[in-house]
Amino acid sequence: MSAAPRGAAAPASKASPPTRPTPPPLAGEILKGDPRSLARGMTLVENGTPEAEALLDAVYGKKPAAPRVGFTGPPGAGKSTLVAEYARLLRSQGHTVGVIAVDPTSPFTGGAILGDRVRMGEHATDGKVFIRSMATRGSLGGLAARTAELAELLDAWGSETTLIETVGVGQSELDVAETADTTIVVLTPESGDAIQTLKAGLMEIADVLVLNKADNPGADQMTAALRSSLAFRPQGGFKPPIVRTIATERKGIEELHAAIAEHRAWAVRPEQAARLRKERVRSRLRHAVREGLLDSWAARQGLESWIEAAADQVLAGGVSPYRAARDVIERMTRHGGNAS
Amino acid sequence: MAETRAETKVKRAPAAPPGHAPAALSPADGSRPGIPPETLSGIPIEPLYTEKDLPEDLDHRMMPPGEFPYLRGLHPGMYRARLWTMRQFAGYGSAAHTNERFHYLLGHGMTGLSTAFDMPTLMGYDADHPMSLGEVGREGVAVSTLDDMEILFHGIPLDQVTTSMTINAPAIILLAMYVAVAEKNGIPPDKLGGTVQADMLKEFIAQKEWIIPPRPSVKICVDMIEWCAEHMPKWNSISISGYHIREAGATAAQELAFTLADGIGYVEECVKRGMDVDVFAPRLSFFWDVHNDFFEEIAKFRAGRKIWAEVMRDRFHAKNPRSLMLRTHAQTAGVSLTAQQPLNNVARVAIQALAAVLGGTQSLHTNSMDETLALPTEEAATVALRTQQIIAYETGVTATPDPLGGSYFVEALTAEIEKEALGYIRRIDEMGGIVVAVEKGYPQKEIADSAYRFQQQVERGERVIVGVNKFQAENEEITIPVLKIDPEIERGQIDRVRAVRARRPKERHAQAMSALRDACMSTKNLMPFVLDAVRAEATLGEICDVFREAYGVYREPAVF
Amino acid sequence: MARKIRVLVGKAGLDGHDRGAKVVASAMRDAGFEVIYTGLHQTPEMIVQAAVQEDVDAVALSILSGAHMTLFPRVLELMREKGLKDVLLTGGGIIPKEDMEALRKQGVGDLFGPGTTTGAIIDYVRGWVAKHRAPAGAAGAAPARTGTSR
Repeated sequence: MSAAPRGAAAPASKASPPTRPTPPPLAGEILKGDPRSLARGMTLVENGTPEAEALLDAVYGKKPAAPRVGFTGPPGAGKSTLVAEYARLLRSQGHTVGVIAVDPTSPFTGGAILGDRVRMGEHATDGKVFIRSMATRGSLGGLAARTAELAELLDAWGSETTLIETVGVGQSELDVAETADTTIVVLTPESGDAIQTLKAGLMEIADVLVLNKADNPGADQMTAALRSSLAFRPQGGFKPPIVRTIATERKGIEELHAAIAEHRAWAVRPEQAARLRKERVRSRLRHAVREGLLDSWAARQGLESWIEAAADQVLAGGVSPYRAARDVIERMTRHGGNAS
Repeated sequence: MAETRAETKVKRAPAAPPGHAPAALSPADGSRPGIPPETLSGIPIEPLYTEKDLPEDLDHRMMPPGEFPYLRGLHPGMYRARLWTMRQFAGYGSAAHTNERFHYLLGHGMTGLSTAFDMPTLMGYDADHPMSLGEVGREGVAVSTLDDMEILFHGIPLDQVTTSMTINAPAIILLAMYVAVAEKNGIPPDKLGGTVQADMLKEFIAQKEWIIPPRPSVKICVDMIEWCAEHMPKWNSISISGYHIREAGATAAQELAFTLADGIGYVEECVKRGMDVDVFAPRLSFFWDVHNDFFEEIAKFRAGRKIWAEVMRDRFHAKNPRSLMLRTHAQTAGVSLTAQQPLNNVARVAIQALAAVLGGTQSLHTNSMDETLALPTEEAATVALRTQQIIAYETGVTATPDPLGGSYFVEALTAEIEKEALGYIRRIDEMGGIVVAVEKGYPQKEIADSAYRFQQQVERGERVIVGVNKFQAENEEITIPVLKIDPEIERGQIDRVRAVRARRPKERHAQAMSALRDACMSTKNLMPFVLDAVRAEATLGEICDVFREAYGVYREPAVF
Repeated sequence: MARKIRVLVGKAGLDGHDRGAKVVASAMRDAGFEVIYTGLHQTPEMIVQAAVQEDVDAVALSILSGAHMTLFPRVLELMREKGLKDVLLTGGGIIPKEDMEALRKQGVGDLFGPGTTTGAIIDYVRGWVAKHRAPAGAAGAAPARTGTSR
């Protein structure tokens, strides 16, 4: 299940290549498969340090990109157990596995409890399973801001399949669709309400639908309901298989693997592959450019102090937040410098 | 770069100027400042109780002890006729050591044995398993083989003494060993009296000593209830426990609710299996915590009996009066004891024990004052036992049943805590029952929230713990006694287990294990197969490994 | 971007009393930490592999079973083996003062007994991290600190 390496090498040219900065030593260690270096590299990237960019640049494309399988769905669906069991299957086939488990950051305190490792005890001493827990740190899309970059570091380390588990509060699961090659939506027979409220989002992004805890009452009805809602998807796309699992009893995992393979086979067909790959790169670029612009601009212009002043104004009752925001943007675009 | 504080906004009550209680915390009725008077469960307490606070159905509630709904007590006369069982927990080191302790306590007036097992035994590991390293004989007695069990009960007439075994995940094995030891001494199972805790639902909720997942665990509990109903009529096949749920941080109302919900769950499973409720229900027993809030605890005991009687009669249509009676053991709250100024714990335990007696318990364990820190010394254990004897013989509270019956406050509180508990039980019913609720993490989350809330109250000084956040000793040095478990115990135990494995008849053992393995794949009652395995000298760890293979190893979700 | 303090909280050995560990984890979350909660029944090997992968600033173990003199040293040994010399090993439980001292001499950090407030533990970890851990962002090279975690 390995994908083609990213960024095909440019043909040799007679002109001297542009000089590149010396790659950081950490990059080399990660490429050699050292877990401690990988972990430290991940921290640098997560914290958006100046070294992060050089590191990512140095490792990009050096090893084949591992297929990314995203697991999303409402809380309590059993994503963690399913990820642990799927990792077990991959290990039994000799694969090296990367896992990124995302949990929400508390909006009030900025802290987080990252508890997904608890379910993965079986892999806790396996050197070929690298598990990293990430907090969303304010990101609303179900993943953390730098999840894709951490997946790239896992590629460099040697992951052959990377499993990504989202927060699963269902607010918006778009992030995972952009980051994963195959998106698994995990539901249970009790998920009826979740589907009602999230119907559009969840159904559209699913490449594979898993009905976990399939021994619970209502499984047949739920399967039928899923099948009929899939009928409303636009024709011509991939038709997501529905897989029934009982993750706690290790049932249905082989079938899940087959379904993922089915999706992969469709996705690597030339007409899909090129489109999807470009879409992925476009999305990454958009993210990176937007964030980079905003960060550098915000820092240079002292965005925080503008916002502080505007907040005081709004609270004093003088102006609506929308007006105040417009003012800030206008001033920053025109003036630059700090709030007077 | 230090972490920016801007993001760490912990919600706190606004700081009050010195000498003033924060406005929100100063009740208008003239009460002292602090948190508004409420029980530990958060039930508000009125400045005065009058007859207006008595519940409307008082006549129903005030039926005499020994009559439905048993709110006032299970038996007419209660302690006037017969005292509660004074049952002190014991167990450490090797089986030989514990056997010595048993004889000592029996000699000092204890009327029933209660066995504590070490962590490896509780978790289903033999002494020589890597996970057992450093833990053999440390928190209880190590039992890996039938041999150990024989030594443990050597010289003790099992047909004259009742034994309680605090064991859960491998309970079926220990029960089988107990039966096998009695057998060897010519005592048939129907003469044996005692209890095996064997309440797996509370493990998943609170104590967390598990091996296999909830559903197969419950199945094995029901196997024991079924087998005992038929073969051990004097034996309590389960002790449906609130103690651990409370110790994990639940409030009294939650303890009441989740424990009774567990009970309902077990009865449902038994009934589903076709058992006649009146055959097994009389042997279901319970186990409450007794915490600091004196009147709330008494109310809890009384409300518990009423709820259970009504559930058994109305939901399960039990006819036998003994099916309706919530018989309970109680233990004073370990979690309330402090390492600071440990002598204070003697006072705490005395008051808690009194609450259990006024609440109508059938059996009681009082903690030793040093029990927070280590296994108790003999002196401390003796004081704990004497505390019960003083209550029984010196205070006069045993002269009449339910002495607080009719008190405006106690009756109002009993009704209130009953109402709260019923609310939780209803919610659990709506979820689909306790097993589903446990799989969803519902009781676990409630408990984690209560525990965190309590700790915050303590750290803010809203809950006083004498000697810890108020009335501290100057420069107190907490001396945690170093109970050095002789490493020889672990060494000796490992040797003994290996010796048994080496000398036992191989053929018989292999056959028994194979039959057990097959039985696990079926819906058959496992007890006869475990008995055979135990008679064939299979070790505890080996039998648990069969369970692990057959049912999978449980891993909990992180519930916060 | 603000630096988050990452702490691994877990229980080693067979003991299942996690009320304290969970309360501490919750308090740390409320103090802005990212808490990698590894749960019960952890072996030293499991704890240290998690500490490596999660690049934690501190490992906090709750040990109530009395087996602390076996477990803490073993975890410390593995931490050193795997290159985590600059990570704090701390924790709490029922640990006699003499044992706390003995462990401190081996390189374990402060340990916290019954009655400790969560605030005290959080302040300790914060202070230790501010003093001993290079801000995440020191280029490539390992921090120059060696030796014990004090």
